[in-house]
Parts: sequence; structure tokens; C-alpha cells
Amino acid sequence: MTINSLLSTPQSLPDAQGHFGRYGGRFVAETLMQPLEELQQAYDHYRSDAGFVAELDEDLQHYVGRPSPLYHAKRWSRILGGAQIYLKREDLNHTGAHKINSALGQALLAKRMGKSRIIAETGAGQHGVASATVAARLGLNCVVYMGSEDMKRQALNVYRMRLLGAEVRAVESGSKTLKDALNEAMRDWVSNVDNTFYIIGTVSGPHPYPAMVRDFQAIIGREAKQQLLTMEGRLPDALVACVGGGSNAMGLFYPFIGDKEVAMYGVEAAGKGIETGLHAAALCAGTTGVLHGNRTYLMSDEDGLVIETHSISAGLDYPGVGPEHAWLKDTGRAHYVAIKDDEALTAFHDLTRIEGIMPALESSHALAYCKKLAPTMRKDQIIIANLSGRGDKDIHTVATLEGMQF
Amino acid sequence: MNRLADCFDTLRAKKRKALIPFITAGDPNPQITVPLMHALVAAGADVLELGVPFSDPMADGTVIQRASERAVAAGTRLHHVIDMVQEFRKTDDITPVVLMGYLNPVEIMGYAHFAQAAHHAGVDGVLTVDLPPEEASELVTLLRAHNLSAIFLIAPTTTPQRIQHIAAQAEGYLYYVSLKGVTGSANIDTDAVSKKLDEIRQYTELPLAVGFGIRDAVTARACAQISDAVIVGSALVQRLADCEPSEILSTSRSFIKELRDAMDSL
Repeated sequence: MTINSLLSTPQSLPDAQGHFGRYGGRFVAETLMQPLEELQQAYDHYRSDAGFVAELDEDLQHYVGRPSPLYHAKRWSRILGGAQIYLKREDLNHTGAHKINSALGQALLAKRMGKSRIIAETGAGQHGVASATVAARLGLNCVVYMGSEDMKRQALNVYRMRLLGAEVRAVESGSKTLKDALNEAMRDWVSNVDNTFYIIGTVSGPHPYPAMVRDFQAIIGREAKQQLLTMEGRLPDALVACVGGGSNAMGLFYPFIGDKEVAMYGVEAAGKGIETGLHAAALCAGTTGVLHGNRTYLMSDEDGLVIETHSISAGLDYPGVGPEHAWLKDTGRAHYVAIKDDEALTAFHDLTRIEGIMPALESSHALAYCKKLAPTMRKDQIIIANLSGRGDKDIHTVATLEGMQF
Repeated sequence: MNRLADCFDTLRAKKRKALIPFITAGDPNPQITVPLMHALVAAGADVLELGVPFSDPMADGTVIQRASERAVAAGTRLHHVIDMVQEFRKTDDITPVVLMGYLNPVEIMGYAHFAQAAHHAGVDGVLTVDLPPEEASELVTLLRAHNLSAIFLIAPTTTPQRIQHIAAQAEGYLYYVSLKGVTGSANIDTDAVSKKLDEIRQYTELPLAVGFGIRDAVTARACAQISDAVIVGSALVQRLADCEPSEILSTSRSFIKELRDAMDSL
């Protein structure tokens, strides 16, 4: 089964200026306005270009390994005693997470635009690995910006990127995490706009990135919908996905937005607890503001400085969130909740021991919410949870937390 | 009273070019900023750009990033910067002061509150780096209502249509970003800058200021030859970072005087 990757994406939002209601937009320094306009024109052209779409579909199938399975976690569902949980297995994609869907789409676009160099930012390293992977595959030069703190937490992924031929540049400014890597990638882009394509890893950034990344990730939701219809002949009752910047959640949610009977839950990182301030839950506990090229919910202090975030998972450790999520929250179409570090860790162990699937700590936040949600639902109801990445990269983090040393 | 317009009128009459130093408010400590502003004026600055420190200065190179980090660490926030201008105005009611920074602190303070406070303190212009004119109409309306000039950037990548659109909204002066890059980047190509300035002049009578990449007396003089104003930021901020705190005022005075003399020797 292949599902046409881009042509079937409806386009009601954003508007022509990239706004989702009052969110989104294009808040960048003047030098980037024209390159963003060029990118938008190229994307608008190629998203309906049959040759481009065919090339993307071909690579999604044979290189990424799509469609990813929709797996009925029967044993775990039975233990929880409520709704049936189906896992969308993005962890089985090439490179081990959903990030490759969008990295591949953007890199193919870069090639069509004649750009010889790609840059990317990364937090957990999954988007950096995906970008380095497609760069190797397409023969493009690749520079990945990564906070020096994240490089320590995700040393294995740093080495993976280097094996793939990418240059990983440590970012020492600010909090030395994902947001600072994004700042540094923007600075690189503004300095090298002529030959460089910036592959943003999430549904954030200036227009057209939030819409473009969503469209490339929407294959997740389109497949899941088709798969569940085939397996059960019906739509799910609820969708659950973790939200850092929010690309895997947007990818799952988007094709279901018009299906009002399907509830949507985005799960943010509550870190050590919202009340401690040590969290990364922009939608649950932030205010609206402007960062990284768009207006959205943001964790900033009373003076407008961006607050340093905390999460056990580097991939959720981000103070903003994609503007479409901000819009979905305000309109009430999606619900946003937060899960603490220890709850995510427990869910990581549960899925590993009960289903033999080791989830990424990011995805474990979504699973931890399933643990709360499923028992409140009937046994004939269905939840689709996005298993956005595999947990191999987190073994070191989990082991360290539990006092193990290798 | 419009200090920016008066300033550029006077300079034009004298056939002089404006020298606009940029410093980050509160770097390295909040006490130095107002005396430093006066020192810059005494040494020959015509307009002052006062950087508002921010946690995520995306358009800035390392020098101004570090300055911003020092200022944030020393406790300087947007409302303190506005207070500094008010303090400066007690003894200088002529030199225009432009606040330069990022949108989020202004957004969190609230546009109306910000415009009112800035006007009351004696600010003359506001340049919000990550607010292109497409998104700026609400803030610009409030700035105008408080007699504050909205200053916009034009870049080497800006198309003729955009130049017209930006020029139509801009006030005070237009800030031409001389190169594709962040603040404090490599040397500028004055021929390319000169060509672009000629193009911009087709659409506006506003004074054209050149910034990014002006490092010393030679580049300041070369830019003064082709523009109406020269902005020097990273080169000044770096010198202040390299000297002893006790030498900040004297270092800034001698550097600005050097640039002034070079520009006046045209």
C-alpha cells in the first residue's frame, strides 16, 4: 500500500502569509525574507509536480521503508483494561524515527532548487541523523548544529552523523540546547543563502516551514487512517502523540482534523513537574510570543526572555511549539496535556517489557498519557498512539538514571 | 519635536555624514551605559543605537551575542533600557536614540505600553530586527501615535518591490545591511553596497545608513562616501569587551573620534 504523499494534502491553513489564526507568520530579519519567498514558491511548485511527488513516494517506500506498520498492542491494552491501543510504528523507519519523512522531502526539494549544501539543527540527534543520512544519499554537503549540552546527552548520535559524513558543529551559546542550535543554523543560513538549504526538523520556524514540514509528515496520519480502516473498518476514537516542536503530532493529527469525532491529544514534557518550573510545556504552561520566525505559545519570562527548558528527552527540550498546535489548542480541536520525566520513564519500561518494543523517551511521553487515557475508555474504543522513534539512542540516559555504568 | 529628522537636516546642511554607534545596553553592567552614551556623543556620535539584550539574538554574530549574554546576566531587561534613555535625556535632549532589539520582549510588555513608555523616556526610533513590515502594521501604528520612528532593514537580498514596500512604511532612516550575514561578519564590498544604495534611492528620500561589517576608520570613511550614515556595532562592542572596565569610556571615545575624523576628512 502506498499513499500518495503530497497531492492529497488539503490546504485551508495557513493563509498566504503563513498564519494559523493569530499564530505563525514570518518573523525574521530582512535578509531571509526573499530566500523564504523563493522557498515557498519552489515548494508550491514541486508539491504538485508529478515527477517530484513520484520521486518522494519511491524513496519513502524503498529507502525509508514505508508504510510503517500500525500495530495493535493487545497485551498492553489488556493490562490497561480499557481502549485498544494501536501504535504507529515510526520507530521502524530507516534511521529510527519519523524525522526522515520530512528530511527526505526537504532534501529532495533542495536538490531541485540547485542547493549543494544543507544545514540542520538537532536536539536529540534524530533530525540531525536523518538529515545527514539523506545528505549522504543525495551527495549533498551537510552541517548539523547541536547544542554542546545535547552532544553530551546524545554522543552516539553525534558519532552516527559523523560516520555519515556530516560536520557536527557544537553550539556554545545560550542554554546550549535545541533552541540555540536553531539560532545558530539561522545565522549560518543568512550567511550562506545562495547555496544552502536549511532543513528545519519540526513544524516551527518562519512560513513556509510549519506547513511544509507538516505536509511531509502527514504521511503518518494518512497511512494510519487507511490502515485502521482496513483493519477495523472505522476511525479511531483518539490520537495521542508527543509534542516538542510538534512534527510527529502534526503529521498524525493533520489528516484527521476534519474528522470531528476523533479526539486529539498532544503530550508535552512536564519535566520535573509544571509547578517546579523545570519543564518544556509551552502549550500547557506558556504564553504567546515570538521566537524562531513565528508567533506561537512560548516559554518566556515576564520580560520576554526565553526560559531554559527541562526534559528527560532532548527532543522535547524546546521552549516553543509549532504555530498550528497553538491554533489547534485555541480552537479546542486538540487537547494538550503534560507528562513528567518519571512517568515517561515508567512507560518506557512498560512497553519494553510488555510488548518487546523499546520506545524513544520522547514517544514514551505519549505512551504515558495512553496509560492514563485508555482505562477511562471502553474496550471497544481505539487509540492510535504515535511511536515516533525507537529507544536505542536513550539506553545510555536510562542506564545513567538508574545508576548503571558501562 | 522629531530629533531624528532634525539631526539629519542639520547634518545635510553641514554636508556631514552621520556616525551611529551601537552598544548593547547593560553590557558589561547597567551602570556604565548612560555615561557611555554621553561619551559616544562627546566623541562625535550623531545618533545612538541602543541594543536591547535578548536571550536569542538570532541575527547577531558572536560579539553581540556575548554582549547580550553579559547584559542579561547583569540583569538588564527592556524596562531598564527605557529607564536608561530617560536618565540620558536629563542632560542630552538633542541626540536621537534608537532602540534595536527583538520582538518578544516588546510583545510581552505589550505594544501600547512599550510605545508609551519609550516615548515618555525620550526614545526616538525603534528597530525590531525580526519584525519585517509584513507583520509590523499594529506596532508601527502605535509607534507613530507616540511620535516614534519605525526603522526598517533593507538587505542585499531585498527585491525592488520589497524596497518600495519597506520605504513606504519606514521613518527616520533606512538601515541597509551591507552583507548577507550576521552582525560583525566579514569585510564589506563597497562597490556592491554603492550600487544597491543607488537602487534604494530611486524609491525614497529617507537617509540611508549602512551597517554590518564596518570595522575601522577605513571602512567607515568608505561607507560615509556612498551613504548618509555609518553604523558601527560589533567593532565597538568588541573593543569595549577587550578593555578593562575602567577604560571603557576612554576606549570608546578614542575609537569614535578616530571614525569621526576619518569620515570628516572626506
